[in-house]
Amino acid sequence: MSSPISRGFHRRHRDTTADTDRVPPGQYVTTDFPVLSAGPTPHTPLDSWSFSIRRAGDTLKSWSWPELQAQSVEDVTVDIHCVTRWSKLDTRWHGVPIDTLLSQVDHDANFVLAFCDGGYTTNLPIADVTGHQAWVAFGFDGQPLQPEHGGPARLLVPHLYFWKSAKWVRGLELLAADEPGFWERYGYNNYGDPWREQRYAGD
Amino acid sequence: MAGTAVRGRLTWQVATAGSLTDETVAVRTIELGVADWAGHSAGQHLDVRLTADDGYVAERSYSLASAPGEPVAITVERLEDGEVSPYLTEDLRPGDEIEIRGPIGGYFVWPWQDDATSPLLLVAGGSGVVPFRSILRHRAELGAKTPARLLYSAKSLPDVIYRAELDAMHDGVEVIYTLTRQQPPGWTGHSGRVNEALLREVAWASGQQPIAYVCGPTAFVESVASGLVGLGYPPSRVKTERFGGVGGP
Amino acid sequence: MDALDGNAIGGLLHEVFGTEMTAATGRCANCGFIAPVAESVVYLDAPGTVVRCRKCVGVLMVVVRRSGMNCVDLSGLAALGATAV
Repeated sequence: MSSPISRGFHRRHRDTTADTDRVPPGQYVTTDFPVLSAGPTPHTPLDSWSFSIRRAGDTLKSWSWPELQAQSVEDVTVDIHCVTRWSKLDTRWHGVPIDTLLSQVDHDANFVLAFCDGGYTTNLPIADVTGHQAWVAFGFDGQPLQPEHGGPARLLVPHLYFWKSAKWVRGLELLAADEPGFWERYGYNNYGDPWREQRYAGD
Repeated sequence: MAGTAVRGRLTWQVATAGSLTDETVAVRTIELGVADWAGHSAGQHLDVRLTADDGYVAERSYSLASAPGEPVAITVERLEDGEVSPYLTEDLRPGDEIEIRGPIGGYFVWPWQDDATSPLLLVAGGSGVVPFRSILRHRAELGAKTPARLLYSAKSLPDVIYRAELDAMHDGVEVIYTLTRQQPPGWTGHSGRVNEALLREVAWASGQQPIAYVCGPTAFVESVASGLVGLGYPPSRVKTERFGGVGGP
Repeated sequence: MDALDGNAIGGLLHEVFGTEMTAATGRCANCGFIAPVAESVVYLDAPGTVVRCRKCVGVLMVVVRRSGMNCVDLSGLAALGATAV
């Protein structure tokens, strides 16, 4: 039995003029920037903030906030795609490529697990956070990244569903074997390619 | 873990919009014709589901404004950046169909059959007053003598929902307003947000074994609930229901 | 977006459990805190619904909707019942 259509009801903030080649299957383009959270917004003061690369309980390298800002920071404009079906085109970010940070440690890891204030985690293959595909982003749309959107800094991995762009990121755990993160454990796809519509486990 | 019962399964059903009443400039009460409504308890809510022609679905929850036995009604506040509330308060016409599921809730209800003597303290922030209309109407219909006080925080007098009905309540019901942003000339009532001092003045003494119900935006509910616990209310006798959005006092 | 509480998922829980659950009592597997489900902290709108303990913020329950079905993880609840646990 299908649901009756509610006469005249429509989604808010929909952009129907967008170039459909840029929109993965099952997505719609929004001009909004929805805030989705699995928990409370953390507020870590910048003077106690750091980004670390860890392996098996050891910190291989860590950057304080000023140290991160002094890395090779760049501006990128990318499309982002949320598994809840909204896509936002031409989003402008400011941050440090993960390549720059990973190149400063010696490792042979195959996977990473991003870890964050508040306990959120998400897993990615090393190949997906290198090759200029991922950043630690702390600026959005010309402004410092707001806490509700993951500020002071979040992971940015635009080629995968946006749950992989972990908010409030504090580092990467280097792993030899893959380990599912938060949403991956609760039924979402381990990889999350929007172009193959890999939303849920088994897709 | 509780066993799952097949009976009492809640399903979506079609409801037809009936009469619409504008309570304030941003708030509308919608009567709904529901063919298989099983009745409800005061304080419960229902879920509304809207489907757009592209298949997009939105669901929201609204407290029942109607007392048990009355035609089903919800009261909806139009949120500035809302998606469902502008539709319900501006576009929906009598005869239109929406889907509803309900009644829902067993925690935020007035247990009058077990206890009609404990004084009731109802604290509302903005549209948090909706379930309290159901409770107060039900109390009146029962002819109950339960002492009841409604402390209602609203931005201004024109923002007070159900004002005429609340002002006319007697028979053991006291309604106390506090206006947080704007007061009319000559206003002798309370101003400003609900704080400890106002709670101390209005709340039943904890020794009277009152039950408190607090409903409104999350920040309002948390501040009031902790204030009541500070006055000696056992946490188990402070029932809370939080709304999202910014439609608050 | 402020968190809501368990009242907001009363309909979802009724769908999952086949009965009203907001007044049911849950015990957090992380810290042992016991409270009505209605009083838990609820985050809607995420890729799934996340229900957290009001005391320790630990995850009690996660519901992910997939192909019209609810996938429910209750591992954060040490106990859940209609009466005291």
